[in-house]
Amino acid sequence: MAEYAVELRDISKRFPGPSGELVTAVRNVTMQIRDGEFFSMLGPSGCGKTTSLRMIAGFELPTEGEVYIHGKPMGKTPPFQRPVNTVFQNYALFPHMTIGENVAFGLQMDGVPKSEIMARVKQALEMVRLPGYEKRRARQLSGGQQQRVALARSLVKRPEVLLLDEPLGALDLKLRKDMQLELKKLQREVGITFIYVTHDQEEALTMSDRIAVMSGGVTLQVGNANEIYERPNCKFVADFIGETNFLQGKVTEQNGKAVTLALAGGLTVHAEAEQSLANGTEASVAVRPEKVNLTGHAGAANQFTGRIVSVVYIGTDTYYGVRLPGDQLLRAREQNDRPDSRPMAAEGDEVTISFSTQAARVLTE
Amino acid sequence: MIQTLRENKKLQGLLLILPTLLWMFGLLIIPLILTFVTSFGGRSADGNVIYRFSLNNYLRLIGLTPEGGFDPLYLQIIWRSLTLAFQTTILVILMAYPLAYFIARAPAKRRNTLLFLVLVPLWTNFVIRIYAWIMILRTQGVLNSVIGWLVGLAGGHFQPFELYPSQSAVLIGMVYEFLPFMILPIYTSLEKIDNSLFEAAADLGANALRTFWRVTLPLSMPGVVAGTILVFVPVIGTFIVSDILGGRQVILVGNLIQRQFLDARDPAFGSAASIFLMLMTLIVTLYYTRRFGFGEEIAAA
Ligand SMILES: Nc1ncnc2c1ncn2[C@@H]1O[C@H](COP(=O)(O)OP(=O)(O)OP(=O)(O)O)[C@@H](O)[C@H]1O
Ligand SMILES: [Mg+2]
Repeated sequence: MAEYAVELRDISKRFPGPSGELVTAVRNVTMQIRDGEFFSMLGPSGCGKTTSLRMIAGFELPTEGEVYIHGKPMGKTPPFQRPVNTVFQNYALFPHMTIGENVAFGLQMDGVPKSEIMARVKQALEMVRLPGYEKRRARQLSGGQQQRVALARSLVKRPEVLLLDEPLGALDLKLRKDMQLELKKLQREVGITFIYVTHDQEEALTMSDRIAVMSGGVTLQVGNANEIYERPNCKFVADFIGETNFLQGKVTEQNGKAVTLALAGGLTVHAEAEQSLANGTEASVAVRPEKVNLTGHAGAANQFTGRIVSVVYIGTDTYYGVRLPGDQLLRAREQNDRPDSRPMAAEGDEVTISFSTQAARVLTE
Repeated sequence: MIQTLRENKKLQGLLLILPTLLWMFGLLIIPLILTFVTSFGGRSADGNVIYRFSLNNYLRLIGLTPEGGFDPLYLQIIWRSLTLAFQTTILVILMAYPLAYFIARAPAKRRNTLLFLVLVPLWTNFVIRIYAWIMILRTQGVLNSVIGWLVGLAGGHFQPFELYPSQSAVLIGMVYEFLPFMILPIYTSLEKIDNSLFEAAADLGANALRTFWRVTLPLSMPGVVAGTILVFVPVIGTFIVSDILGGRQVILVGNLIQRQFLDARDPAFGSAASIFLMLMTLIVTLYYTRRFGFGEEIAAA
């Protein structure tokens, strides 16, 4: 048994562009996806997620690098000989076949005996909660139902790895949330490796065991939801996942992980860094809004006074925009958990805000 | 007035189809009724139509002479027309499908050029194009000269094909003539198939051949059906190709009808043959579309 279900080693993909030049869609991507894992590729539109997935499926061949599935180099192996199956974004159900025929198709291609096909199709449709839908046609089903048929059609083949390209993209919010939970549950039950492509960070965070954040054809960070959210390794990840304040400054001192920076307006910030930084390095300090306290803490490492410039109430929480000396803007997010839930401050108020050293991360890239 | 129009969907629809309706009525329905009425008539000695009700023309068509004898002449003509139309349609499908497939799979930029090339021959007059085939097919024609020259090079003796005039020449001419009408609808339906369906098939384990049989071919059937109708119907009624390439030997229903109106001056019998041809076409196409479904591609083409 190989260590990884799927491994991308230093993969690049270049497409011929409109005027003959080459467009790099994926650049030196390396990823290791473990057996039985729910692995997501997350990134903005055009960052190369689909292209990466299609190279695993075999619809595209890498310009450089190699895809390994269960330790076997795939080389030029055509899609129909790879032990993976894809759930397409537009479902790609065969319009001239019934649902039953759609689901049976893959088994027929594998030469599974007829009697067994019937039973497995039935079972697969029950698994996606569409029992007895064999005789219907794809266009008679709703988007969510078609989605499930597509899922059944792939799962019925019991692939080692299932590739899903934004499978919930076309569904409305409510249905999407339901399907997210269902997919996750299904994945646990069948124990198949899922490689899931999405540009929805919330979706990736709630469903995945691990997430690869991609941008501009490269992988920026791979880790579980907590690592990616709490310890982003670059500004892009910090910004793309959740919300972040960036404070610009220069490093004045480093002592192990603890770093001191001088900000504009004469402020001093105590933050943490993984990397070692020379004094005078320009850097950003990333602070999540929910880690900023609107009420000063006597013992807090970082404590500044500023003026409230905006108050935005969003139900569960309220955002306060605070202007610090030196004209840096910081957003604080406070939960509305007090019984009266009146705003803690009003526009124009002077406040003292605070956050801890651990809440502030120094990022240079 | 405008208010009623706005609310009345039926009235709107009626207004929209009115021009077509008038056109069809004037140029299709009325002539059809006239033909139908005439088909029961007879021919006076000086070649005029006598209007009456008699089934004689129809009986004559199926070979029953007024004297009670049987003459299969016209049935043979009908049979010849049918077989030729079937042969043409099948050959055209066999030739058009690969070509349409090739065009549909070509890079998007090249596709328009290729389609354009398919249509280029249609710019030359139909009759001229068919005459050109005489030059190719006749005994001293291009085809025989080229083959003769090649065989001569190899040191053999070549007995030229006597293709013109013959039924084979008519078949060749028809296939040539109607090929574009099959290529276009098949191309349209092939081109419409979402590429992800091919990928899905491959993903589920189908190789190229099985993808073709299970996905491509069934999904392009509407185009084949549409093309078949676009080819079969005109072929069965045509008279020009058979006139030019068949000499006087290959008489089809189309030629028969034409001759009744022009040479034989018997419009009544011609009308009966027309109605008969129409019914025959209708039955074949009805059966065919029932069997294989009706192609929306007709409209697209
Ligand atoms: N077949 C192709 N030919 C040329 N360029 C391509 C091709 N496929 C993808 N690209 C380019 O490669 C880049 C990455 O595309 P890709 O489809 O992988 O993005 P994505 O991350 O899936 O985006 P989205 O979230 O919008 O689906 C894009 O700039 C795209 O234009
Ligand atoms: Mg994509």
